[in-house]
Amino acid sequence: MTAMSDKSTQLHTMGLAELAQGLRNGEFSSREIVSDLLGRIVASQPDLNSFITVTADEALAAADLADAAIAQGNGPALCGLPIAHKDIFCTRDVLTTCGSRMLENFVAPYDATVVERLANAGAITIGKTNMDEFAMGSSTETSYFGPTGNPWNTKLSPGGSSGGSVAAVAARLVPAATGTDTGGSIRQPAALTGTVGLKPTYGRVSRYGMIAFASSLDQAGTITRSAEDAAMLLQAMAGFDERDSTSVNEPVPDYRATLGQSLQGLKVGIVRQHFDAGLDEQCAARVKEALRQLESQGASLIEVDLPHLDLSVPTYYVVAPAECSSNMSRFDGVRFGYRAKNPVDLMDLYCRSRGEGFGAEVKRRIMTGTYVLSAGYYDAYYLQAQKARQLISNDFEAAFAKVDVIAGPTTPTPAFAIGAKMDDPITMYLNDIYTIGANLAGLPAMSIPCGFVDKLPVGLQLVGPHFAEARLLNCAHQYELLTDWHRQSPEAYS
Amino acid sequence: MSLTKDQVQHIATLARLQVADAELVELVDKLSKIVDFVDQLQAVPTDNVTPMAHPLHMVQRLRPDEVTERNDRDHYQQNALELRDGHYLVPKVIE
Amino acid sequence: MSGQWEVVIGLEIHAQLATHSKIFSGASTQYGAEANTQACLVDLGYPGVLPVLNFEAVRMAATFGLAIGATVAPRSVFARKNYFYPDLPKGYQISQFELPIVIGGTLLIKDDDGNDKVVNVTRAHLEEDAGKSTHEGFDQYSGIDLNRAGTPLLEIVSEPELSSAKEAVAYMRKMHTLVRYLGISDGNMQEGSFRCDANVSVRPRGQQELGTRTELKNLNSFRFIEKAINIEVERQIELIEDGGKVIQETRLYDSDKDETRSMRSKEEANDYRYFPDPDLLPVEITEEFIDAVRQKLPELPDAKQARFITQFELKAADAEILTASRALADYYEATVAAFDADPRLNANWVLGDLSAALNRDGLDIVQSKVSAESLAGMLLRIKDNTISGKIGKDVFEAMWAGEGSADTVIDAKGLKQITDTSAIESIVDEVIAANPEQAADFRAGKDKLIGFFVGQVMQKSRGKANPGQVNQILKQKLSQD
Repeated sequence: MTAMSDKSTQLHTMGLAELAQGLRNGEFSSREIVSDLLGRIVASQPDLNSFITVTADEALAAADLADAAIAQGNGPALCGLPIAHKDIFCTRDVLTTCGSRMLENFVAPYDATVVERLANAGAITIGKTNMDEFAMGSSTETSYFGPTGNPWNTKLSPGGSSGGSVAAVAARLVPAATGTDTGGSIRQPAALTGTVGLKPTYGRVSRYGMIAFASSLDQAGTITRSAEDAAMLLQAMAGFDERDSTSVNEPVPDYRATLGQSLQGLKVGIVRQHFDAGLDEQCAARVKEALRQLESQGASLIEVDLPHLDLSVPTYYVVAPAECSSNMSRFDGVRFGYRAKNPVDLMDLYCRSRGEGFGAEVKRRIMTGTYVLSAGYYDAYYLQAQKARQLISNDFEAAFAKVDVIAGPTTPTPAFAIGAKMDDPITMYLNDIYTIGANLAGLPAMSIPCGFVDKLPVGLQLVGPHFAEARLLNCAHQYELLTDWHRQSPEAYS
Repeated sequence: MSLTKDQVQHIATLARLQVADAELVELVDKLSKIVDFVDQLQAVPTDNVTPMAHPLHMVQRLRPDEVTERNDRDHYQQNALELRDGHYLVPKVIE
Repeated sequence: MSGQWEVVIGLEIHAQLATHSKIFSGASTQYGAEANTQACLVDLGYPGVLPVLNFEAVRMAATFGLAIGATVAPRSVFARKNYFYPDLPKGYQISQFELPIVIGGTLLIKDDDGNDKVVNVTRAHLEEDAGKSTHEGFDQYSGIDLNRAGTPLLEIVSEPELSSAKEAVAYMRKMHTLVRYLGISDGNMQEGSFRCDANVSVRPRGQQELGTRTELKNLNSFRFIEKAINIEVERQIELIEDGGKVIQETRLYDSDKDETRSMRSKEEANDYRYFPDPDLLPVEITEEFIDAVRQKLPELPDAKQARFITQFELKAADAEILTASRALADYYEATVAAFDADPRLNANWVLGDLSAALNRDGLDIVQSKVSAESLAGMLLRIKDNTISGKIGKDVFEAMWAGEGSADTVIDAKGLKQITDTSAIESIVDEVIAANPEQAADFRAGKDKLIGFFVGQVMQKSRGKANPGQVNQILKQKLSQD
């Protein structure tokens, strides 16, 4: 294989845009990219455990088809580019586990809309990534398939629930991956692994085929190593889907077209409460540096108030478990999923299939949700939480009357050790304090790398009004032009 | 503890989750903590606040009444462990 | 029923809506398919799938609302009713709870004494039907078929204003007629398209507060509704008179044993944990939509009945039967449209020979072997004296047997009535000559013998002589010495 150029040995370092260009220029083939990455994935699994399923044969076959199409000058936007899907997306005739014993042997009979759209855009699915069980967790430790390591330090958690996707992108195993974000499950792990995570506006990307955790909060998004790649991926994923009643029928703008716009005059909101006690001082310093850099590009920093911010975590931990408790009821051991052996009666079949098939955190959330919806508690918890949600949403609306984006920290601290927070659910839940608001209000938000603390990445979060994805991507891209944080890679995976 | 063992057992039954005794003790502890934590919502004044069920103010779209699905039973039933004559099986239900 | 007890009944009717596809999926609603061949991923509650609401289900619910004079809610919300049961694949039923699509409305029925009674409808809401569990034929298992899962249902809830089993049946029948009129349900009770739960309680006559009620589940024939309610009322009265107490519970009517019994499977603490379904958005109905539905509202049974009485001068009882189904009323009106000289004659034939033939062959009016136009063609021949009513019966049977139009049959069989006076006179002469004794008796005052002579003449003419003329000529000839 003497023909292997220097470039091909560096394929894993390239992002989507760069790979797409190289493919079109004939510098390397899709098969070369896929083979290279497959080798890296296999080598990384013992330390990272970022994949649950690797679809090597299918990916290689697809790469050959892509190469043929490219050779003929055809091929859609993402033709021949390998990506990974969080194992929450149904993939036809491929194992779809959602990180759970419940779906250990579940082969989805259909493709999620996200999967279908990315395939139509030419992307090649290389595998399915590890995640917290049913996306319930912030550390990828609740996965039935074991925790995922953080490529910056494998003793640390990559965050979660999209921990496998961010680890794979950070470790240069794939240029991009899909994720889902219900309370921060894309942005928090992106921040903890130095990757770019984008959660679009609720309804921007179809939820069809994405196994539901909390339906009014769940949103699919992207994990990449640059804003430009996020724009490319989102371009293919976004858009109206008639199979999802909550999908929005609004045209999708050309996200790449506006990346180059100047930040001159951009009004950036700074939330006073974001810098209250609880935020690590050094993280605060990195975030403030990033804000100053935005300012240096002509953006003005304006203080805004989110008076109900402290309600977002308790509100979330009523609304999300309530919806979850109902969404999880379909897993009963009858039509799919784990089924208990030799049940004595129907009750036993239900209770044991679910008791044995679900892990501890999922059970806790189902029970919390069952409790807050049950007779006598509905008004006090669920209805009250829906009202608090409205207050939080109103706060954002008022803020966006004054500013174009809100910028601040994504997480209170850098990556934490695996096992550190598993004993106390509340501590774990509070890790989502900055991210949850965007889910409650349905706003687009992204996390981009903005420096390091003790050699661990720190994320800057940008939140925009509904459908302002292009603005967030523009802002992130302009920031990336000034810094190289997003180009830093973990030493072991450079 | 804001929740009792009996309450937690009742919730587990409603949710059809078998919980071992040891697990139950832990659940009482952790669920109580969660409930205590979310209890702070009670103090929030919310008179005249409309409950928010959806992040976007949209209305339900209606689908034309057309049959678009074809029979794909065999494919769909590959994930089921116990079947007979095209039926899913459960332990006999006595009414 | 014991006179000191008052019976209070409320009905929850479940009418399957006659859509082609399911309420939230594109699977067919056709009845009778092989198990689970019409259960798509959405109906099966597969992970990741989502519901999208069927336009027709909404239109039909709105149609129903307007027909009973209800408010069609400008905004209604789907909620999840959470409970575990094998025929409920998602572990929740999508239904409407706090904000149903139809609010209020009334239905006019006849009470036990035949007087008009207005029954108030509380609400009607859209929901999805469950699948079916079969408990026989699967050894120690129950078999689950989810073809029915997701079929749209309109649940129509009445106020507890019905005061006897008969009244409950009258209400149910009236609703049954109405939904079929509106074309929103096929009302097929055998297939479960139209069924009800009955909430039954008793209280001492004069007592204000309601007694404890029981819910009788899944009554799917008019006969069973009446029997089940009567049996349950008896049980409750006996229980109370023996010093016992009625427990609020769900009961099942066993038609084989003719008894009701507690459904233990439904009895463990039901806590449905209703909450708005986050997968579905509020349904908003505009004034324009309601106007469009109103425009297409068909004439309703009560109005049609009243019109038949005035326009066609029908007896109330006949009008009621003719309007009991829209298809029958349409058939009748089609006969009148083709031949309107005597609408009562049309009614007599539709309700008489035609209905008898349909019954005999087990056919529905839309399957009638004689079209409304053909029947009208025959009625014309009766009216214009080409044939008698009696011959008409034979002509009708021949038409039913496929022997062609009335005129073809009359020609082919030579059934044309004899109206030629001289021809009839000669037959009459023959008959009188052959029966001199009877003729003498008649003249002696035995008037009733006229029937004997008419019979003889008709027999001799093979039924073709015009009966009016025969009578007249006989009387004339017999009274001549």
